[in-house]
Amino acid sequence: MSPLARAGRWVRGHLVLGLGVLVLAYMFVPIAVVVLMSFNDPGKSKNVYAFRGFTLHNWEHPCGPAGMCHAVGLSVSIGLLATLVATIIGSMAAFGLVRHEFSGRGLANTIIFLPMASPEIVMGSSLLALFVSTGFGGRLGFWTIFVAHVMFCLSFVIVTVRARLAGLDDNLEQAAMDLYADERQTFWRVTFPLALPGILGAALLSFSLSFDDFIITNLNAGQTTTFPMFVWGAAQRGVPMQVNVIGTVMFVIAIAIVLGGELNNRRRARALVG
Amino acid sequence: MSQASEGSRSLHLSQVTKEFASFTAVDSLDLDVAHGSFFALLGPSGCGKTTTLRMVAGLETPTSGSIRIGDTDITYAKPYQRPVNTVFQSYALFPHLDVHENIAFGLRRRRSAEVDRQVKDMLDLVELDGQARKKPHQLSGGQQQRVALARALVNGPDVLLLDEPLGALDLKLRRAMQIELKRIQTEVGLTFVHVTHDQEEAMTMADTVAVMNAGVIEQMGAPAELYENPRTTFVANFLGQSNLIAGKVLGRDGDFVKVDMHGIAVSVPAQRAHTDGTEGWVGIRPEKVLIAEVGEDIDAPGNHLEGGIVTDVSFVGVSTQYLVRMPWGQELQVFEQNTGRRKIFAHGEKVDLSWRPEYAFLLDSSQDVNAGIEDD
Ligand SMILES: Nc1ncnc2c1ncn2[C@@H]1O[C@H](COP(=O)(O)OP(=O)(O)OP(=O)(O)O)[C@@H](O)[C@H]1O
Ligand SMILES: [Mg+2]
Repeated sequence: MSPLARAGRWVRGHLVLGLGVLVLAYMFVPIAVVVLMSFNDPGKSKNVYAFRGFTLHNWEHPCGPAGMCHAVGLSVSIGLLATLVATIIGSMAAFGLVRHEFSGRGLANTIIFLPMASPEIVMGSSLLALFVSTGFGGRLGFWTIFVAHVMFCLSFVIVTVRARLAGLDDNLEQAAMDLYADERQTFWRVTFPLALPGILGAALLSFSLSFDDFIITNLNAGQTTTFPMFVWGAAQRGVPMQVNVIGTVMFVIAIAIVLGGELNNRRRARALVG
Repeated sequence: MSQASEGSRSLHLSQVTKEFASFTAVDSLDLDVAHGSFFALLGPSGCGKTTTLRMVAGLETPTSGSIRIGDTDITYAKPYQRPVNTVFQSYALFPHLDVHENIAFGLRRRRSAEVDRQVKDMLDLVELDGQARKKPHQLSGGQQQRVALARALVNGPDVLLLDEPLGALDLKLRRAMQIELKRIQTEVGLTFVHVTHDQEEAMTMADTVAVMNAGVIEQMGAPAELYENPRTTFVANFLGQSNLIAGKVLGRDGDFVKVDMHGIAVSVPAQRAHTDGTEGWVGIRPEKVLIAEVGEDIDAPGNHLEGGIVTDVSFVGVSTQYLVRMPWGQELQVFEQNTGRRKIFAHGEKVDLSWRPEYAFLLDSSQDVNAGIEDD
């Protein structure tokens, strides 16, 4: 075999691997930049997008920029609260849509897609109009943001949980009833544990949607500043390096949740073999 | 256990009807299943077998009629209030629970004592010891089937319902599981109601077989009785194969009924004649028909048919299966054992047929001669 042919074979054999690495790089380079910039020492420079020197200062003083940590705290509390409420209401709605025959079910199934399909700017401004016309115009802030976030998270929760429930074999519930479980036990012992991965997935999705929403939030926030609004505002003057610290922390938490779930699965699988 | 209490745990369905919208899936069904028996419900796809089981399990409510176990009416009882457990057609094992917890599920709901020991005994019975901590998806089809069986059996129900539990298994495993299931049933002594559309499975396993068709039971009895003395063309064709030949009833002669079959006088035992009309179908199983060279003396008094021509020969090892065209144009099936002492006829040869009168049966002419023939 000629060296050229051998090289050709090598390339063909590793083509998929190479492409895969490229795609991963495409996805992760921006994150790597965020992590790197969290250690950047901009000095007195106005150009905050250039790496000038290594420092731990940003990590030691994450709340340095005025108002940033307050904005982060606000975003986290709105995110948690909106996630909780949207997940509970949305999951119950999904159960209703999958398990009960009622007139208008087809229509309801279509309508829940609308908030996902309509542009955020439209939803945001119509919500603002609603708040103003019902007399909440002067009280825009935490609670109006919360209401807005629950609204747009709901669709995602319903769609995610519904897909999980639709994939469940309803023979399982009948089998539980056949094995002496009453309606309540059937729900808590069989239906709920099987739906749980879908519900948790919906909750994660809700939190991340809520945490970084800008358009709808901005329109309904009044004088309140969430983290995305803070970053947007700061970007006019030069983003403080601590924003990258917050970004890195969020990324690490997300990775930890995913890895934790994976490790849990592995551990259970190993317990089975042992 | 005393005779009285055994009798009080038998299953009775009376006049049970189930309608879906305007469609009647089960029509005025009467059924009595003795305690401790292996009962098979046999019928083609869509005849209402699953619907019947689901009504006994409480997963479907009858439109009318009543279901009892012993003296207790359970027609409208909730599924979890009945001493009945089901092995589902698709097994329906709980995917989030391991084998041990699947089997323990019913025991825990009833707060039974010594759950672990009972589960272990059950795993031994179905020969799955060592698999207790696996999840259902880590098991083979046959193993899943056994878990489904163990999960139902461990509760010691008065009646165990099995909905085509072997349907998803390949032929070899199916035969092995049939023997296994029969062994377990004998060992635990519970009432099994087994649904299947495999007639061989029903006949090899069950004490009593009920043949079901379009929501009604056509005939019920011991397998040999159903096979030898079918009452309807559906049973004659669905359970094995039959030759059904049109005939005119000439009248009764002692214990026999005389029938004119295209000019040939044949006789049928009176207790196997299931028609009062002047016409009927004379039925005979292919393996009961003897085939011989023209003019040969066959050991079969009466019922002698001449003028046949062999139109098809298939050699299947244990037997040779012929199709023989008779003078009136009908082709009859003849199965002959390969004893090695009889000649194997060739296509086109002229032959005589004969059968012993006691093997024949007579069915009502109003019934469809092709009912129950599976076209596959
Ligand atoms: N929920 C339902 N709604 C309407 N029709 C139904 C329903 N369940 C069953 N049927 C109908 O009732 C008839 C009997 O169904 P069933 O499931 O009892 O058949 P089966 O004998 O178990 O058939 P198979 O061997 O294919 O499992 C079928 O024609 C079926 O279409
Ligand atoms: Mg069925």
